[in-house]
Amino acid sequence: MNEVRFGQAINKALADAMTADPSVIVLGEDVARPGGPFGVTRGLLDRFGPERVRDTPISEAAIVGASVGAAMTGLRPVVEIMFMDFVTLTMDALVNQAAKARFMFGGQLSVPMVVRMPHGGGINAGPQHSQCLEAWLAHVPGLKVVCPATVADAYGLTRAAIADDDPVIVVENKALYAAKGDLPDTAAATPIGRARTARAGRDATIVSYGAMVPVALAAAADLGRDGVDAEVIDLRSLQPWDEPAVLASLARTHRLVIAHEAVEAFGVGAEIAARMSDVGFDELDGPIVRVGAPFMPPPFAKTLEDWFRPDAAKIVAAVKRTMA
Amino acid sequence: MSHTLAPFATDRLLELYRGMRLVREAEERLSALFAEGEIPGFIHLSIGQEAVPVGVASVLDEADTLASNHRGHGHAIAKGLDLDRFFLELLGKQDGYCRGRGGSMHVADMKLGMLGANGIVGAGLPIAVGSALAHKIRGTGHIAVVFFGDGALAEGVLHESMNLAQLWSLPVLFVCENNGWSEFTEGARQLTTDPQRMAAAYGMKATKVDGNDVIAVAGAAREAVATVRAGKGPCLLECVTRRVRGHFEGDPQKYRDAGDVAAATRDDPLARCESQLIADGISQADIEAVKTATAARVDAAVAKARAGPPPSPADTLADVYSPPREVAT
Repeated sequence: MNEVRFGQAINKALADAMTADPSVIVLGEDVARPGGPFGVTRGLLDRFGPERVRDTPISEAAIVGASVGAAMTGLRPVVEIMFMDFVTLTMDALVNQAAKARFMFGGQLSVPMVVRMPHGGGINAGPQHSQCLEAWLAHVPGLKVVCPATVADAYGLTRAAIADDDPVIVVENKALYAAKGDLPDTAAATPIGRARTARAGRDATIVSYGAMVPVALAAAADLGRDGVDAEVIDLRSLQPWDEPAVLASLARTHRLVIAHEAVEAFGVGAEIAARMSDVGFDELDGPIVRVGAPFMPPPFAKTLEDWFRPDAAKIVAAVKRTMA
Repeated sequence: MSHTLAPFATDRLLELYRGMRLVREAEERLSALFAEGEIPGFIHLSIGQEAVPVGVASVLDEADTLASNHRGHGHAIAKGLDLDRFFLELLGKQDGYCRGRGGSMHVADMKLGMLGANGIVGAGLPIAVGSALAHKIRGTGHIAVVFFGDGALAEGVLHESMNLAQLWSLPVLFVCENNGWSEFTEGARQLTTDPQRMAAAYGMKATKVDGNDVIAVAGAAREAVATVRAGKGPCLLECVTRRVRGHFEGDPQKYRDAGDVAAATRDDPLARCESQLIADGISQADIEAVKTATAARVDAAVAKARAGPPPSPADTLADVYSPPREVAT
């Protein structure tokens, strides 16, 4: 067991995957010689060489499109998109090509590729470097989307994404890169589509993912002081998401709050709320309440961004609302 | 544009003629089937452009990979795709190449390296570049080829792809089928430059040929493919051709002068090839025999496609994701 940072766990996952499988390559802007803008790919060039670890031009559309072609021709590319905001430039390759190739060619092939991208605020990066756009990608049939909250899952979900035969988006919250946690020497892949109970509780369920999981845990601790025993579910995967696990938790607590950093409207929380109001209707003893950012672009100034990002107090208020 | 290689073996020319005749016959039949309402959706025909895919494919290996576009029937047929499964797909049948999930704009055959027609203009370029990257890293010795029209020259991803291919010296051949029309607008009203100057801007080797002269196309393609396969970096092959039909079948082409259509129809690569064959001593009867045999082959494919069962929605969802697999780490 080693204490490592979140970003180092992803680095180890990439290195282990490249060691295990020569068809895995890593490419992206500044990922090779500079080691990645957040240092996640540091050292890979030295270990695996310039054929398999490639700095690319600032050509997001072409590098993701090329990854589709490479995946169709026997490689397992892992692309880094420097900020999730830049995924806009890759949408044809992701949505019309990677996601649909298997289906529209009648199941002839798989497209085993991974696109890593950091989302989220907290570093005052402003409207074009802070967005959480995962709901867009989770809405596209053919893509899978994962979002780790812990060091173990940063490793495990990255390994699972690379091993997966379909295109997987790994969303990494940049506020987590420096977070520390334990990574066992024998760390394993985290199965895609399975949630984790981050905190067991009886009175209300808080479903969350990524960097909102520690916020939800802080909210649960606050609620505990008020005598409310909240359960926190870490989704880990957004597409597919673990509906049975959420339903099982709701069946225990009968109250549901969904919290994410992305804007609340039309988000991941909306899908979960819709499903639970259907299949979980009989379990509900209160309204399903969502916590997300207000419907606006992420603002720059510190006071504005602090206000914009959901915090523990907002989750506490939401739990109290559904329990009222 | 003087790449015509003379003398060109007559039996090889006859082979190219057979290839072009098959594409022409197939597309003329598609046109009729579409008019009769037997093909759902819409189709884009490459009638008059057959010399490009047939000439280029004649110098490719089976394991070379190919990315195509929305006007891609010729690319698929020239790459050797099975005509029965091609027609089954175009008619939306269960036994088609894509089991009725794709249709005209998504015909693909991974066993033959046909990475798919594509409904998005320019989208095949980065796919071919990535395929070439895989060939290079895996050391397969194969190359990737992408066909695109002059309309794609204005797409941003084309420029990103050409730059990346040249930067990494990838084994990819860019084939621009310059037919003068971008959907409903002339190329001259779309671009301030041309493919040759674009290639020059990226330091890429480029050739321009008469795309309606199958001998010229095959000759230029042979040189370009040899360069690419030798690891000397990508090449651009610009084939100047003409679009005889509308952007899509049923396009009334009100934006186009009748004279332009007539000129395109007159400059027929098949007729030119026939003249050359006659000059080389092939008889008219031999040419007619090719036509008859090709028509019979297409008849058989159409009959099979008409009789094929439609796909059932029952197993469609299963194609969205790959079957689950145990993940080992």
